[in-house]
Amino acid sequence: MSTPKEPLGPTPAQDPLEPVEPQSAADDEIGTTATGQPARTPGFGETYLREVLSSSWLLTLLAIVLAVLLGGVLIIATDPAVQEAAGYLFARPSSFFTAAWEAASQAYLALFQGAIYDSQAATFTRAIRPITETLTIATPLILAGLSVGLAFRAGLFNIGGQGQVILGAVLATWIGFGLDLPPVVHLVLALIGGAVGGAFWAAIAGVLKARTGAHEVIVTIMLNNVAAYLVLWVVTTQIFAGGTSGTSKPVGENARLPALLPEPFRLHLGFVLALVLAAVVWWLMERSTLGFKLRAVGSNARAARTAGISVGAMTVLAMAIAGGLAGLAGASQVLGTEGYLTASVAGTIGFDAITVALLGRSKPLGTVLAGLLFGALAAGGRLMQTRTGTPLDLVLVLQSFIVLFIAAPPLVRTIWRLPKPGARREKPSPTSTTPVTAGADA
Amino acid sequence: MRLELRGITKRFGTFTANDGIDMVVEPGEIHAILGENGAGKSTLMNTLYGLYEPDAGQIVIDGEPVVFSGPGDAMRAGIGMVHQHFMLVPVFTVAENVVLGQEPVGKGLIDLRRARQIVRETSEMLGFAIDPDAKIEDLPVGVQQRVEIVKALSRNAKLLILDEPTAVLTPQETDELIEIMRRLAAAGTSILFITHKLREIRAVSDSITIIRLGKVVGSATPSATESELASLMVGRSVSLGVAKEPAQPREDVLEVRNLVVRDTHGVPVVNDVSFTVASGEILAVAGVQGNGQTELTEAILGIQKPASGSVVLRGESLEGKGVRERLDSGLAYVPEDRSTDGVVGEFSIVENLVLDRIGAAPVSRGGALDMRFLRRNADELVKEFDVRTTSVDRAVGTLSGGNQQKVVLARELSRPLSLLVASQPTRGVDVGSIEFLHDRIVSERDKGAAVVIVSTELDEVLALGDRIAVMCGGELVGIVPGGESRDVLGLMMTGIGPEEARQRAAEHHTLLGEADLEAEAEAGAVLDAPAADAVDAPATESSTTRSATTTSAGEENR
Repeated sequence: MSTPKEPLGPTPAQDPLEPVEPQSAADDEIGTTATGQPARTPGFGETYLREVLSSSWLLTLLAIVLAVLLGGVLIIATDPAVQEAAGYLFARPSSFFTAAWEAASQAYLALFQGAIYDSQAATFTRAIRPITETLTIATPLILAGLSVGLAFRAGLFNIGGQGQVILGAVLATWIGFGLDLPPVVHLVLALIGGAVGGAFWAAIAGVLKARTGAHEVIVTIMLNNVAAYLVLWVVTTQIFAGGTSGTSKPVGENARLPALLPEPFRLHLGFVLALVLAAVVWWLMERSTLGFKLRAVGSNARAARTAGISVGAMTVLAMAIAGGLAGLAGASQVLGTEGYLTASVAGTIGFDAITVALLGRSKPLGTVLAGLLFGALAAGGRLMQTRTGTPLDLVLVLQSFIVLFIAAPPLVRTIWRLPKPGARREKPSPTSTTPVTAGADA
Repeated sequence: MRLELRGITKRFGTFTANDGIDMVVEPGEIHAILGENGAGKSTLMNTLYGLYEPDAGQIVIDGEPVVFSGPGDAMRAGIGMVHQHFMLVPVFTVAENVVLGQEPVGKGLIDLRRARQIVRETSEMLGFAIDPDAKIEDLPVGVQQRVEIVKALSRNAKLLILDEPTAVLTPQETDELIEIMRRLAAAGTSILFITHKLREIRAVSDSITIIRLGKVVGSATPSATESELASLMVGRSVSLGVAKEPAQPREDVLEVRNLVVRDTHGVPVVNDVSFTVASGEILAVAGVQGNGQTELTEAILGIQKPASGSVVLRGESLEGKGVRERLDSGLAYVPEDRSTDGVVGEFSIVENLVLDRIGAAPVSRGGALDMRFLRRNADELVKEFDVRTTSVDRAVGTLSGGNQQKVVLARELSRPLSLLVASQPTRGVDVGSIEFLHDRIVSERDKGAAVVIVSTELDEVLALGDRIAVMCGGELVGIVPGGESRDVLGLMMTGIGPEEARQRAAEHHTLLGEADLEAEAEAGAVLDAPAADAVDAPATESSTTRSATTTSAGEENR
């Protein structure tokens, strides 16, 4: 680092050589145009989140490593055997360290075995069941994570994943048991229903934002509540209520997402659907005209507007597409994993999805990987609890640590002694046609 | 104060922004630092002001080496700085701003009476008066700048750094600033004056240091000619004027009729403005920033809804048409502030170069981007417009301002256009590239486009305009022929009609106006190639008859 102290003038992100731009118009400073449309200047939260999301993959990896280390400390601190050994720490320090190592390594081993491959299982089927559980749990997380990531890249914080998942699940269930259609057709229709349910719910927030400027965060959070109570009521209605109280009628066989493996595996076609949709979202965002416009609006709405892109239309579309993805997460739960609707169908998928998208840097591949990691933690946590007595809550703590470290890139950088971003400045090399002034405008 | 810089070097990573800078500022001297955007002027000043720590070299004040670990140290050592962006709190009064950070305290409260007294005393010393109780946001920019100067001096600055101080001023205001600078210098204050404007430098400075690529490439006295200074600054000889043929206006392309745009409070920011621009001519709109030019161009683009009046393009009213449709009908638009309105900073150069062409062939087909076209387009335009970058995939936000501006212009000029509306088209661009961009704009005119250039830089207005419209307070003060003198334009920018402005200008030349006359004389003598005025002259004649009618039309509106 060449500057030991923070310069007051140009922000570190700014090109150090960049002369301050002469922009002195009073109307610029006020930040509104005369028609009364608020100029979309990114607030602190937005720029901060942008920075978080744009930091490197390495940082993510290191954040996970740190979380695992810190989690290990917690396991050790709460393990009864270690506590006992600590009592005679000075008499026999070696047994303390042995106990500590045992506790941490056993817990993590169990976590791994519960998530990927259980080498202690009696049968082969039971040995490979963990990995399929991981994939099953990851499926809705990936779908909803794609939803949050897509909206974010279009400049919107879709906190409403939860509500959209619920609406998707409700509509998919209704089509699933309410209609009697041939195979494939029924499933496709039920999936479309799920997507439409989520899209509709999210589009409410999109339209309100585009038309009235209502902030999507507040609107989607409130819509989450509406959806949560809506589903509580829905499962008790005459149309939905099934045999057991609190659950709906089961979805028809033709509308079920087929299992990928025979019993007792739960893994179903929804996982493949999630992977395909991740690829579709990638293409949509990186290669399509619509994605270009969405990203332009998300990154600089004013410039997008000046370039003739309708910001309002993009806002509604982005929310609708995002809602559709979240709705599919709900549909995949009822049509694949569960087979019927309950009030708790969404679990915490909508909220975990925010974390998944954050961890995945809002990119499809990253979201898939992050979804798998969270699926693995959830699946492995159960075995860890039964085998080593380490509470399942540790998984939540691990997840929280990961997010915490990701949210604080400077902290991770300091711990691992990484250089600051932008410290190494790419020197513009002249691709110039005028050799004499090469680099003059550096 | 005698300031000496010895071998100041500042690196950012592998990039050397300042490379062994040596210079001396004598007490009471007005010392100009001349350099292009990105030459390292701002870095040097930030180092001097304690914002950066130099990697090598020494700052010596009155023979004593000093080390600053922050602006506080620099201020205590007697260095004051007036930033290009004023560091004032808009809702505070003048007095509050001046004492901010070192408030006089009495009985635990801020002693505002003392603060007012400080303002009065300091401004009297400088030969002007400021109301200490006026709110900053109510003051014109010129006065805000004086508040900054008062603020610096009230902290006992013995050396004042002025960073591009004339960027926001009319020639008359510049004159007053120069007057203040001379008074200060006479009283023994040293002044470091940073600029890239050649004419001002010669008008005001005692000595000149020229910086290029982070190095001192020479020093000069004010007697050096502009072309000598320019070639030192750029590193090769440049022609300062735009070599353009007289305009050959054909049919009217753009017609703005009684246009009124109101702000959120209902106050008209564009008030009953009418003018026409013909195919094959450039109308330059001059005026101090914030006098309705922005709203005028935005109304033409369609992102501002006019309260009344109309914009007509090629005989067709644009009312009710969206931005997309207007762009499609041949409008090219360069926004005033490229970073907020012109480019998407996180997007690559490739993507930014098609930002407003998206959705139609050849950029996209069947809803998908044609990546091969995008890339080829970028390669060609980057080369043609000399955008300095390591890769076309670099995010535009990481380019220098000048290069960003080139990206915007490259995009807008890369498609067929019938009307070009460009605000501050060369803001932040290096001198060598300004020449190229001006030529490109003129060649669009010659190909038959109607061109509207909005610029607060009179140099640019004079270089490009076949006719010049001057705006003040949202109104069109008048339209004058291209060769109008700087003094007249300066007076018109304050709202004085063209006739009266001409009379008054004849009575009193501003320093810059005089410099113009000198430069013209020089250009005739020194340069073989015809300079601006020589080329402008026929243009002036040819448009005189035209302007006679338009001027009266402009006045009718008022």
